[in-house]
Amino acid sequence: MDVGDPLFRTEFAVDVVDLFLAILTAPLLSGWIGTCRAVLSNRTPAGVFQPFWDLLRLFRKEVILPEHTSFLFRAVPFGVFGILSVSALFIPLLNIRPLLGPVADVVVLIGLFSLVRMLMAFGAMDAGTPFGDLGARREMMVGFLAEPATLMILFTVSLWSGSTSLSRIIQSLLSSSDPVHPSLMFALMAYILVFLAENGRLPIDNPATHLELTMIHEAMILEYSGPLLGMMEWSAHLKLFLYLLIGIDFFFPAGLPAELSPPAVILGIFLLIGKLMAAGTALAIVEILFAKLRIFRVPEFTALAYLLASIGFLIHFVLEV
Amino acid sequence: MAPHPHLLANHLVGMLGSALLLSAFANLAMRRLTSLVRIFALQGLLLTASTLAVAILSSETHLLFSALFTFIFKVVLLPTILFRLMNRLHIQGEVESLVNVPSTMVIGLGIVVFSFTLAAPISELASTVSKGLIGVGLASLLLSFLMMITRRKALTQLLGFLGMENALFFSAINATYGMPMVVELGVAFDVLVGTFVFGIFFFQIRETFESLDLKHMDSSSLE
Repeated sequence: MDVGDPLFRTEFAVDVVDLFLAILTAPLLSGWIGTCRAVLSNRTPAGVFQPFWDLLRLFRKEVILPEHTSFLFRAVPFGVFGILSVSALFIPLLNIRPLLGPVADVVVLIGLFSLVRMLMAFGAMDAGTPFGDLGARREMMVGFLAEPATLMILFTVSLWSGSTSLSRIIQSLLSSSDPVHPSLMFALMAYILVFLAENGRLPIDNPATHLELTMIHEAMILEYSGPLLGMMEWSAHLKLFLYLLIGIDFFFPAGLPAELSPPAVILGIFLLIGKLMAAGTALAIVEILFAKLRIFRVPEFTALAYLLASIGFLIHFVLEV
Repeated sequence: MAPHPHLLANHLVGMLGSALLLSAFANLAMRRLTSLVRIFALQGLLLTASTLAVAILSSETHLLFSALFTFIFKVVLLPTILFRLMNRLHIQGEVESLVNVPSTMVIGLGIVVFSFTLAAPISELASTVSKGLIGVGLASLLLSFLMMITRRKALTQLLGFLGMENALFFSAINATYGMPMVVELGVAFDVLVGTFVFGIFFFQIRETFESLDLKHMDSSSLE
């Protein structure tokens, strides 16, 4: 496509808007989940904007670095935030054909998320404290257990389009006339489990805890403070948002604007907000209902996710061809 | 654009079949006995629903009676008997498994692949509306079998046996629109009587060995 082309310009503009929307909406989503959790457990909610105030407070502080840390420790928050922002460019938010879409398919996306996890583990281990080390090891364990399930889910979803490109998958799902897909139901169940494991939500990791023996994500960012901590927190919000977005794109794509006309985009925005709020509420309910799993039960949890995804994959060939 | 009603019912049958397969896996994953019995009741409910759906799809009226019998036997009678049995025997708590849960899951996955491959040529021969589900029935059958093999307690073995019967019924419905009424009734009563007999056996086993663990019945452990 030519750079001077008006269509290119609109798409470019929409992509940039998508990116900023993703970065700015991510803390709001976390705030919404926190509000739901507070209401469900009979506490007074701090408000949807609380993550923003937290971030603002962190960004106002000075940078304090632990002794004996290398440049890696300082670079990690920027790397993590940068990679996640780039991933946001690949994942369709409103434009189902992002300009950068052809650059990366779902496998690359999973690779980018793994890179984020690896960088975070490096940052945590760089400080040389036992807690960072412990958190990093646990995070890597959970990630390595969840990854096969994630790939299996993505393959199941991509069976419909015969392609691993995100926008091709969404287009073929949007144009399919079948009301329910058994294989996608299985993939959805597996995705929920993987989502909880990858984002350190409750059955795997309690995002609100600072108890030594149980924390995973919090242990990794324990040594960070001030703006660096702010970037890590913001990255966590962004990662949660992107994972929810992928789930919505794959399993509830209805209402995504097929072409970039103003009414379709406005409808798409409202539907997306509704879906995100519903997903956030569901996540809050899950977190209220379940207790944290023992770390040695995590393989069982992820094995279940892998199993569900594989059954979905197999069911596709038996029932839907 | 409303989808064709038959298409919808076809998808419903597919979904119910998948749910049945899932419940067979849930049987393998559960640790508590009461949840196992609840899953058995749920399986009965799924079976009833899918029989009903196939009956409507194929307009075979005798399947409606099958669905009714399934409901009475497998959702109401057998779970009640099992719960009473558990109360009388004071059985609660955890199920002991010979193989740990993740490994059982992986073995189960292998079984699913095997049975889908095995059933593929068979379902091409069948002429029913839901022929794709023969593989699902076979997989659930073998999974229940796996449950009987990997579990040690007598009651879990009985539940595996009942699960096998469910899967067989499901396969029969999807391969040939069910067996003749007489055979179906006969099997249903057989299972009911079988459960009674098992119950009596449980008391005998416990009186003799003071445990329901079947390893005591192994002659090599008598020393």
